[in-house]
Parts: sequence; C-alpha cells; structure tokens
Amino acid sequence: MEQTVTHNTKWWSGGKSPFNIEYGKIMMWYFLLSDSFTFGAFLISLGTVRFGLNYWPEPSIVFNTFPFAGHANLPLAFVSVMTFVLIISSVTMVLAVHAGHNRDRKGVEKYLLLTIIGGLIFLSCQAWEWTHLLTAKNPVLVGDHIEVMAQRNGFNPWGEIVLPQDVAPALAKTSPETLATLVHEQHLSHASHAELLQTPKDQLIQLLSNSEMVVRKPGPAAFGGFFYGITGFHGFHVSVGVILLIIMLIQTKMGVYDRRGHYLMIEKIGLYWHFVDLVWVFVFLCFYLV
Amino acid sequence: MSQHYDPTKDISPSAAYPEVSFAHHTDDATFKHRVKKTTLILTILTIAELALGFTIYALHKGEPSHTALLLIKGVVCILTLAKAYYIVSVFMHLGDEIRNFIMTIVVPLLLFIWFIIAFLADGHSYKNMRNKYDRYFKESTTPSGHPVIPSDAHKFSNQKGQRQ
Repeated sequence: MEQTVTHNTKWWSGGKSPFNIEYGKIMMWYFLLSDSFTFGAFLISLGTVRFGLNYWPEPSIVFNTFPFAGHANLPLAFVSVMTFVLIISSVTMVLAVHAGHNRDRKGVEKYLLLTIIGGLIFLSCQAWEWTHLLTAKNPVLVGDHIEVMAQRNGFNPWGEIVLPQDVAPALAKTSPETLATLVHEQHLSHASHAELLQTPKDQLIQLLSNSEMVVRKPGPAAFGGFFYGITGFHGFHVSVGVILLIIMLIQTKMGVYDRRGHYLMIEKIGLYWHFVDLVWVFVFLCFYLV
Repeated sequence: MSQHYDPTKDISPSAAYPEVSFAHHTDDATFKHRVKKTTLILTILTIAELALGFTIYALHKGEPSHTALLLIKGVVCILTLAKAYYIVSVFMHLGDEIRNFIMTIVVPLLLFIWFIIAFLADGHSYKNMRNKYDRYFKESTTPSGHPVIPSDAHKFSNQKGQRQ
C-alpha cells in the first residue's frame, strides 16, 4: 500500500480510488444526485404553478383527518405520524449499517427488519391517505347547485368557502339524492340513507342549513396531479427500498455478506433509504407545511 | 491519509477493496452518542415545523397579514434545510468523506439556487400578467378575503354588512 504513494502513481488510471470510496458507493451517490434533480424538478414545477395562481388550498383544510377519528378536524396530525415513522426507520437503518461495519450479523438482521417494518407502516399510511382523499364526500358548489365530490384528477374540491347566504339558494337547487347523502355524511339524522331518500326535500334542506356544513367552490385542478404524482413517485421509491431491504435481509440470513467479508451492500441500500427520507422532508414541506 | 493505513487493524471494505484505504469508522460509544444527538435534533426540528404549521393554521382563521405568513413559511423552509443537512452529513456520512468527493455532490446541487429562483419568478410573473390582461381569471380566482379555515365561517353571515 505504502509504495503506491509515490510521485509516479497514476491516481486516475485504476488501482487506487481517488475518493477512497468503493465504486458502487460512489455510483449510488451519483444516482441519488440525479434523482434529487428529478424530485427537485417535480417540486419546483409545483412551485411554479402555485406562484402562478391566485388561490391554492391550505394544507390544513385538505389534510385534516386521522384514521378512526371520523370527521374530527385534526390538521397535520396524520402526516406528522408518517414523518416520524420515516425518521425512526432512518435511524434503524443507520444502526443496521453500523452493525454491518462491526460484522455483527444478528444486529444487521434485527435493524433491517425494523427498517422494513417502518417502511411498510409508512406505505400503509400513504395508502390510507390516498384512499381517504379519493373517496371522501365533500360538498362542492358546482354551477348553481351542490354536488358531493371527492378529489380526482382534474377536479379539486377544496376551493374557497361559499358564504352561508350563498349556500341557501344552492341547496334549493340540489338534487334530493345529494341532499340525503349530505345529511347522512354530516351525521345530522339517525335515519339510514335509504330512509333519508324518502324524506321530504324541505326537511333535508332545513337540517343542512342549520348545520355547520362547509361548502366550497372547486379549487385549482392542478393540485391532484401534483399531489398524486409526487407522493406517488416518492411512494414508489419507498416500495423499491422495502423490496431491496427484504432482499438484503434474506442475503444476510443466508450468510452472503459474511462470506463476502464485508457488508458494503447494506451501506449502499442505507444511502438510498436515507435519500428517500430526505425527499420526504421536502415533500412534507411543499405539500403539508407551506 | 494512507501513511496511517494499517491493514491488520482494518475492518471490512478495505480488505475486499484494496483501492479503498480510508476507513472512517468510529467506536461504538461515539457512534451511539452521535446517532442519539442527531435523532434528537431531527425530532426537535420536526416538532418546531409542526408548531409553525399550526400557527399558519390558526392565523388563517382570521385575516393573516401576507408578510407574517411569508416570514413563518420562510422559517419553515430554513428548518427543513437544517434537517436535510443533518440527514446527509450524519446519517449518510457525507460529512465523513474526503472533501473532493463532497464537492462532486455539493457543487452540482448549487444549480438548485438558479432552478428555484428562476422558476418561481416565472410563475409569479405569469400570474401578474394574467391578472393584468385576463380580467375573468382575476375575478374568478382571487380569494374574497374571508377566512379559509371552516371553524369560523358560519359567523360570517352576521357580519355581511361590514364585509361588503
């Protein structure tokens, strides 16, 4: 080793790593660098569209639900759980990499398993959130009447609030089926949805106008495309990470890395996993905080 | 670097990859302390961000000043950058690599400075031009100034006279 450090060493012609890092690790870093520009471009295009519009829905009105909490207004609560899950899984990944440095096979197995569980919890949270957003029944003022709409590509139910004096005439023009659904969704009556369909329209309107139901106008359609596009692309990265971690766990259990004499593979997947956490930090910022 | 290299004390990578002689492994106690500290910092920063997020939420129940909102959001962005720094430098160990390698990662990332400024300015100027030349766009999309958060909306029917 010592005699290679001479004046005629060809540093860049092989035989020595100029950066003192193993080749695969350098390439993982450069892949992550390019990936950061992909994510960066997505998030910046979101910024361009937001800066180009007069209205954009506040995150706290879009993301205010929590599993099993019904209609309780809990802004930011669920996404903070998701964020902490990802941070903790990043910490267990660091511990797995460290165990790999010490060639502690049991330690690597334990922390890889914890990281995989963290990733799966995160993905389940995201699946719940998507399902909720795509199936929620939001009252939206469409034209002169109210319709029950979920968020979907090309339609965003979180526009501006319709003032109560404008809600009344819209309710009068709303179809009885929609009124029955609204009364049911707002828990204004103990009657079943089928019974509500038989109730006179006046009575339903009466119930709704005395409630605190918030009706909104349609919001900017770009919201859904950006939200599902970017969180979906991030979720795809997490899924790939979980699959790779499972492969690493199996290989560790089979003793592949012990035979190889090093756990560098765990370091490389560790870099990828931290990057996924890093991207979430920015997705969290752009969609949920500002 | 390599004059301190001692193959007998080296653990894994260098043994398998002779071209890598720069092992930056810390002992267990230092490592545990460092990970604990970083986890704590990341947690505190996230809680601070959430607190500011709730402040924005509370402000939207009234009529928040544009400057105050911009200031809070700016602080949230800075906290996020601090989190990113800790994740990259400690968890990803970039801070422990040699300087030239750090530069091959950090220097290309400087493009983001131009990227962000140019594209946000572009969106902003597009909005200004549309508001100037497209009256329908301006009238149909400009918020009318009442709260964006539902909890107080029902009170506004009584204040209609003052608002209009």
